[in-house]
Amino acid sequence: MRHRPNYLAGAGSIVWLVLVGLPLYVMLAATLRTRQDYAKHGPVSFPRDFTLDNYTAAFDSGFGRYFLNTIVVTLCVVGVVLLLVPPLAYAIVRSRSRVTSQVFRLFLLGLAIPAQAVIVPMFYLISEAGLYDNLLGVILPTAAFCLPMSALILSGAMRDISPELFEAMTMDGASPRRMFFQLVVPLSRGGLSTIVVFSALQAWNGFLFPLVLTQSDSTKVITLGLYNFQTEHGVDIPGLLGAVTLSMVPVLLVYLFARRALVQGLMGMGGK
Amino acid sequence: MTTQLTSAPPTAAPGKARRRPEDSHTARGTRPGFLWALPATLFFALFALAPLVMVAVLSFMSWNGLGSPQFVGTDNWERILDDPVMINSIWLTLLLTALGVVIQTPLSIVLGVWAAGHQRNRAVLSAVYFVPLLLSATAVSVLWRALLDPNFGIPARMTWLFGDGNLFGEQATAIGVLAFVSTWQFTPFHTLIYQGAARAIPPVLYQAAAIDGAGRYRQFFHITLPQLRNSVITSMILMIVGGLTTFETVLILTQGGPGTDTTISAYYMYQKAFKGFDFGAGSAIALCLVVAATVVSLIVVRVSGYDKMRSDMEGVS
Repeated sequence: MRHRPNYLAGAGSIVWLVLVGLPLYVMLAATLRTRQDYAKHGPVSFPRDFTLDNYTAAFDSGFGRYFLNTIVVTLCVVGVVLLLVPPLAYAIVRSRSRVTSQVFRLFLLGLAIPAQAVIVPMFYLISEAGLYDNLLGVILPTAAFCLPMSALILSGAMRDISPELFEAMTMDGASPRRMFFQLVVPLSRGGLSTIVVFSALQAWNGFLFPLVLTQSDSTKVITLGLYNFQTEHGVDIPGLLGAVTLSMVPVLLVYLFARRALVQGLMGMGGK
Repeated sequence: MTTQLTSAPPTAAPGKARRRPEDSHTARGTRPGFLWALPATLFFALFALAPLVMVAVLSFMSWNGLGSPQFVGTDNWERILDDPVMINSIWLTLLLTALGVVIQTPLSIVLGVWAAGHQRNRAVLSAVYFVPLLLSATAVSVLWRALLDPNFGIPARMTWLFGDGNLFGEQATAIGVLAFVSTWQFTPFHTLIYQGAARAIPPVLYQAAAIDGAGRYRQFFHITLPQLRNSVITSMILMIVGGLTTFETVLILTQGGPGTDTTISAYYMYQKAFKGFDFGAGSAIALCLVVAATVVSLIVVRVSGYDKMRSDMEGVS
């Protein structure tokens, strides 16, 4: 089939490229210039007065600590999800129990619970448990809100495992436990990496739970640090954008090296 | 609840299993029991379902964040239904949600269908298009707040277009900013949905249409769009749920202002509960959000066929 170039679509795609690319360019350019340069020549101009001070300033205002906290939260959330979801998905796919199918329905409905809707009781629960202003108090609800989508993604992946393999292992007298570790886990690696990326993104980008459940500087995560930086130094735009840029670096690295898993993880996110 | 609850190790009898292979796949010991799902279910019940029940209870109580909540009947409900800011916030939420759907749906369909082509340049451009997805809502809002800053931002340099350069000073422009930033942030996600769906359309449909002499635009309207129907529904519902719960964008970009001109419901709930320490009224607003989101999600489950998954599953044995 011959292809005529589609000029309309081409033009539209260039417009969208400018809409997406320009802000990203302004952001990067601003972080590499001094505040005076930015104020004098405007956001879109090319930087003349190069500096890395905006990045060091971000670290000076506590971003090192916030990074560390965010890494801890992210690792723990991923850990909890990896501990809880594979057995859950295994039961959803393989169990004949009626209870399990009800559980699956429950998790599907859970997909629709917005975090905004539960922050008041969450604040109450976490305070009562003595976990207010404690990273654990952020980790637990964040992980809980990753469960429904992770269960959906992973059970989808496990459903693709050929039934003959289960039959073969049954004939060998394998227990459900052995099937889980020797068959199900190794064959659902793709789904596992998707839920890892999905929950890591949720934890890394999470804002509402940290906003409501923590208070002091020692428990701040990056998103909260950005919000604070904005309310306190709103006029220092290069500094502010330096902090924004730093917060995206890890995600961009994952994007470069594990694009497939990332895109699948993002698709799981449901537009949040 | 008649099935086994534990994964008791099967009395290893490979010989027996080999003798009756036609029964082996239904042998009881070879399927995991409900216990495998228990830890995740308990965890989810404690940190997601229990708060959901509590939000309903708290909406009938008075609590200022300290001490124990006191039962006050329908007091919170009467107050929020009598509150002009609350009523206004519902309209604003609906307006912003509708704007999101109306702007983002056509945009993401066109971009998604375009990105579904396998040309090399499209793949490269798509990689750039999807960058906004990687940023947190917080980072996106902080970025745009800086870019649109009334004194140092882009509008201040383009006064011929933006007047005094302060887009946050009037209701209409502030709402415009919120709609624009949501579009910037979420269009890539919906584009991904449509890209996947457009790639799944059988090429034979296009070949047949081409033989019949249908041009590119007729193919788009008569083949592509009808084939994307399910994705349109899924994507729209996600937009609606996302729109109803928009929060960070408002908190960071407009703080609900000027005045209360962009105070949408989720933001008003946060204000009431965590700034005004009126957790009862906050819970009542939250419950409204839950009900709205649940209604929409039930539609998702119906329309997208998630609830039919169980029957697919039963085929796997």
